[in-house]
Amino acid sequence: MKIANLSVGQQLPIRHFKASNVSLFCYNAAIWNPHRIHYDEKYTKEIEHHPEIVIDGPLQGDWLSQTVTNWISDDGNLLEFSYENRRASFLGETLSAGGEIKSIDYDTNIIELVLYIKNEKAEVTTPGTAKVKIKN
Amino acid sequence: MNDLVSEEARQWIGKSDDPIEVEVTRRDIIKYSVATEQILDKFINGDEAPPMFVAGLSREIVPIDDLGSDGLPPASLVPDLPLKRVMAGGVSFRFHRPVKPGDVLVFNRTLSNIVGKKGKTGPLIFVTYSIICETKDGEAVLDQEQTRILR
Repeated sequence: MKIANLSVGQQLPIRHFKASNVSLFCYNAAIWNPHRIHYDEKYTKEIEHHPEIVIDGPLQGDWLSQTVTNWISDDGNLLEFSYENRRASFLGETLSAGGEIKSIDYDTNIIELVLYIKNEKAEVTTPGTAKVKIKN
Repeated sequence: MNDLVSEEARQWIGKSDDPIEVEVTRRDIIKYSVATEQILDKFINGDEAPPMFVAGLSREIVPIDDLGSDGLPPASLVPDLPLKRVMAGGVSFRFHRPVKPGDVLVFNRTLSNIVGKKGKTGPLIFVTYSIICETKDGEAVLDQEQTRILR
């Protein structure tokens, strides 16, 4: 990746994610999150009144960060990253993660990105931002 | 709106949890990378941790009998506030260096601010936590800021 070939407004590759019961189990085991809304369907619906098993907010945060890490690969470093879980997402939904270049600083090689995760209704569930430094 | 936050609750600002120390193993990185469907070889092979790996590392581990009926451990660093419904706010990270197998990391979490605000639909309270992650030798790894919104 060469910074001279990049331009403001350029889109990052979009990737689709569809969590399964198995992938959510593995994720929550890996981060040690025993909250029942991520694996106990009866409890999730009857006690916490969600329509389905809930996809972890930080898992969507990770997917959002991957739009950046996969795009820069070994050509740069992620300096800053932020996101907001604005809308819940549930098991069965297919989410799309993407973003675009917001600014390029040719002196410092620092690029600012605007990121999003959208659900199938094209609602942004998780907006985010990132700052990366491209290697020369 | 600062009458939302009592003087007693305000005393919590600056309080910290006990530090959490974590030894990072290649296997832990691989598990996380598989579960989050990483693509890059360095993450899948566990040579380096994906940036968000660290965010999941400092969760509290308590005995099974201490977990609540929702499955969660008792909340720590939560003052008594008049609004109870918790919404996820934002999370922001500043990365200083990647995490690798063999790193010994220390996490310090502090309640950094409590602010009452007037929202469009009623009063809101913003509770902010800051988490600083460094190696046991004191090298900066990651700073994290997390906001919870109560309404």
